[in-house]
Amino acid sequence: MARFFAVTIFVIAILSAIPIVRHTWWMAPDISTHGGPIDEQMVDTMWEAGISFLASQILLAWFIWRFSGDRPGEKTKNFPGGAKTVVWAAFLLVGTEVLALGVFGVKAWANVYFTPPAANAMPVQVQAGQFAFYFRYPGPDGTFGALHPEMISESNENFFGLDTANDADAKDDIVTAEMAIPVNREIHLLMHSKDVGHSFFVPELRVQQDFVPGLDLSVHFTATKIGRYEIVCTQLCGLGHYNMKAYLSVMSQQDYDGWLKKQAALQ
Amino acid sequence: MATTVPEPPRMEEQRDPSRRASNGNGGWRNVVPADGNLRALKDYSPPPASTGIWVVLASITMSFLAFTSALVVRQGSAADWRHLSLPWVLYLNTAVLVASSVTLELARREVRAFMGGLRTQTARPTRWLYITLFLGLFFVAGQYVAWLQLRAQGLYLATNPNSSFFYVLTAVHALHVTGGLGGLVRVIHRLNKSILKKSSLDATSTYWHFMGGLWIYLLLLLWIKL
Amino acid sequence: MNENISREVRAMHDMSGHAAAVHHAPTSFIRKHVFSLDHKVIGKQYYGLALAAVIIGMVLSWLMRIHLAWTNAAIPGLHLMSTSGAPGDVMTPEFYLQLMTMHATIMVFFVLTTAPFAAFGNYFLPIQVGAEDMPFPHFNMMSFWVTFVGFLVLMASFFVSEGPTLGGWTQYAPLSALGSAGGPGEGMGVVLWAASIAIFCVGQLLGSLNFITTTLDMRTRGMSLWRLPLSAWSWFITSCMGLTAFAVLMPACILLILDHVAGTSFFVPSNVVINDQLQPHSGGSTLLWQHLFWFFGHPEVYIAIVPGMGIVSHVLITNMRKPMLSHRVLVYSMGALAVLSYMVYGHHMFLSGMNPVSSLVFSFPTLVITIPSTMVVLIWLGSLYGAKIRINTASLFALGFISMFISGGVSGFFLAQPSIDIMLHATYFVVGHFHMVMGVAAMFGIFAGTYFWFPKMYGRMMNETLGKAHFWLSFVGTYAIFMPFHYLGLAGNVRRYQAFVVEYMQPLIPVHRFITIAALFTGAAQLIFLYNLIYSRFKGEPAKDNPWQATSLEWSTPTTPPPHNNFGDKLPVVYHDPYQYGVQGSAGDYIMQTSPEKVTTPDEA
Repeated sequence: MARFFAVTIFVIAILSAIPIVRHTWWMAPDISTHGGPIDEQMVDTMWEAGISFLASQILLAWFIWRFSGDRPGEKTKNFPGGAKTVVWAAFLLVGTEVLALGVFGVKAWANVYFTPPAANAMPVQVQAGQFAFYFRYPGPDGTFGALHPEMISESNENFFGLDTANDADAKDDIVTAEMAIPVNREIHLLMHSKDVGHSFFVPELRVQQDFVPGLDLSVHFTATKIGRYEIVCTQLCGLGHYNMKAYLSVMSQQDYDGWLKKQAALQ
Repeated sequence: MATTVPEPPRMEEQRDPSRRASNGNGGWRNVVPADGNLRALKDYSPPPASTGIWVVLASITMSFLAFTSALVVRQGSAADWRHLSLPWVLYLNTAVLVASSVTLELARREVRAFMGGLRTQTARPTRWLYITLFLGLFFVAGQYVAWLQLRAQGLYLATNPNSSFFYVLTAVHALHVTGGLGGLVRVIHRLNKSILKKSSLDATSTYWHFMGGLWIYLLLLLWIKL
Repeated sequence: MNENISREVRAMHDMSGHAAAVHHAPTSFIRKHVFSLDHKVIGKQYYGLALAAVIIGMVLSWLMRIHLAWTNAAIPGLHLMSTSGAPGDVMTPEFYLQLMTMHATIMVFFVLTTAPFAAFGNYFLPIQVGAEDMPFPHFNMMSFWVTFVGFLVLMASFFVSEGPTLGGWTQYAPLSALGSAGGPGEGMGVVLWAASIAIFCVGQLLGSLNFITTTLDMRTRGMSLWRLPLSAWSWFITSCMGLTAFAVLMPACILLILDHVAGTSFFVPSNVVINDQLQPHSGGSTLLWQHLFWFFGHPEVYIAIVPGMGIVSHVLITNMRKPMLSHRVLVYSMGALAVLSYMVYGHHMFLSGMNPVSSLVFSFPTLVITIPSTMVVLIWLGSLYGAKIRINTASLFALGFISMFISGGVSGFFLAQPSIDIMLHATYFVVGHFHMVMGVAAMFGIFAGTYFWFPKMYGRMMNETLGKAHFWLSFVGTYAIFMPFHYLGLAGNVRRYQAFVVEYMQPLIPVHRFITIAALFTGAAQLIFLYNLIYSRFKGEPAKDNPWQATSLEWSTPTTPPPHNNFGDKLPVVYHDPYQYGVQGSAGDYIMQTSPEKVTTPDEA
């Protein structure tokens, strides 16, 4: 039975590795400018994790195969070099790995979070609430109107609580249920939660960030490929969490301008 | 087991007479000699209550650290911190609690002497223990008065974050002090029945003094932060 | 008069000598089996609680998996579980989340913390150190009953009108703190959840008190700390973690309850609008809950796995007939895991909105904690070299633990890095990671311990054929279930979704169906274990005192099961390190800790 077990471990290890190697299920292609280092980290980590995984499972299987059973006449013996070899191996192997992943990983993270948005980044605000995303564009005046939570009314479609009657900045704000952005243009996404915790995730864009009620956060990114993508909520927010999504359309500048005009007319 | 096993070495009672007896040579300061000469070992295992009390105090410390960090974070998360003046009765309660620690030490001295058989008095030294108990009850009652004073100012549990933390911190502390009162009752009861262990008395006292120290810390925290 | 006093005084002096709270063998049924002070009974009670909990937890997971695979299907009888959660036996979205929350809460608290630590630890720690019982048996008894009450309070949430809370076992604020406005089950459900967990914390703190004082103060003559078996070390280290972790969760739960019932705003910020209504809270900090929770939460997952490491090491050594390559390195590594576990908690919060610098700060210790974990695995592997591995159900599960821990552990490399977490946070990748490295691995540790120690606890062997069948189906089955979770996560499959209506997730639904079928099969296989447990209890082959030819103190008790005070009239004397295997012993290739024989290796003989 020991040999059968060894073979089983080996087979399971190989079978597990196959879908990874063949990218059977994999991340969607990257459409962002900052995603390159993230994807590189992923691949590097996959190599290191994959080799560690296969090596240790194969070692386990090999030792079970070789050292099972009583083997009368043979004495038990110790691993050559003893514990010291093992301890050094752990420190060196894992230590280098830790350093590599940690140090290189900082770059990918810094790319996203330690670089400020460009001065000409286009601001868009997204509000997350149970259970929908709404988006707001500042309109021709370039400023967002103030938010008045007490004025929020779903039935009147005043999702953000804007005082369009008295607030000049709010009058020209454009509120939409879909997000559209021009391609190759940096977007500064301002994130606001109406109620509980939510999260904004677009896998192709390599962006994921929680909304924190009471804290206004932002991320910035540039999309490089025209297309239609899904924004999904990834922070459990209640019974409609699974259905909380919106579409992100990346368009040419021309198409985007047309779209924005149409949306403005619908306000 | 095989029959050729040699007879185990005879253990001599190698105990330090001033230390209490124990049923083993555990204790984490113990070292077992490589030559297996167990005769050379001294008996160092502490009574479990002495270790146990520090375990208890460690976890209580962690709880109050959690409350403290909650207070600090909450203060920084919004601009709704409203200064509240501490009810004057708190200072009286502090004095009472400190006094109770003093009386507890007096009690311990007398009990130790009694247990050492040096005194010839016929009465058990529970007097100072009862006084400590009374002072402790006075403290808890005094905390209740503090809450009443706060209520009189219109400050309830949910009025503002300052009042919330005031009530929560003082209530949780008072709850633990009540536990300490239970410990004191147990000590008095056992002393009366002559089954009190020294380690029990020591542990209960350590707990009580810790409650006093914790209160001083909380008072400072409330005074500085609220 | 004086004579009387001095006799009294002398009595008190002598009384202070007995470290053990010596309690006499009980006679009534209630004292023997219900309110027992005996650590062995308490251990078995904990095991029974964990068994009941795992059955419930597993059934909940089946319901979840069926719903995920066939979302609109009617599950016969489901309407009996909830008045509003399953109209026409079809699970509503909220009911899915409620079942999910209860599944996780039950498993993490009442199975993974209870069985390897409270159940086996209570039973075997005092015996392995050579004590009659734990020093505070009344607290010990209380710790079980308090835990049991906590379990009842949690189960009660199934019976309130809106049902249990749906916020996940992590109960993030403000959803958890808002009350009914947040959704079904967010009112009374949350209060019951928080109360249950707070009660659970009290029970565990009482348990930790006993474990620590037993290990430090109750060791018998000759039992130095380095002569403790690895299982005893793991229970000791775990109880130190529990002491500090549960002490932080309890205040968090208290503050959460206050936000619910007292109108405070610890966790709910201002300007929260639900159903067009401004909520009556202001100024609270959402992230505060996450910090408090995860400061507990990360050590908790090590609390769940470290006893498993100790049990598996202990079982493996006996079945390898040689000690570990380095006993001390294993102990130091488990200790390092415990210490580091407090420094890494922010890796659950990389994208939470906390300062991105903090994310990097937490990422480093998270990567560094790989070192002691790897050390443990490499010591195990290195020890297998040159061994004479005996294959039985216990050793199979122990070896299976190693495989599972490796598989679950390597996915940690990904999740430890904030930049990669951008793609994997809140996906099935995380779910696969923790199920393998903590859920399945710990379960295998529990199984290894059960098959290994059952003979000592009940005087009968468990059936090996059934045991091996149980092992094979579980080993292959759990891989079939949880390995695909990682692929789903890489493809962006978000977690805590009751159905997959998002377009890009549609192609993944067939994978979910495969997983569900694997889960149902593997679940059914557990019935073999249940049957084996019950059958062997009454009809199992009678066991000798030391069926595994093992060396530690539990195998030297005068009777099997051990007598009330564990060792009879005389406490044992310990002469050796815990794992004298591969030596020239009078009884075989081993020398028991209590045997006064001198250790000679076959070379010297």
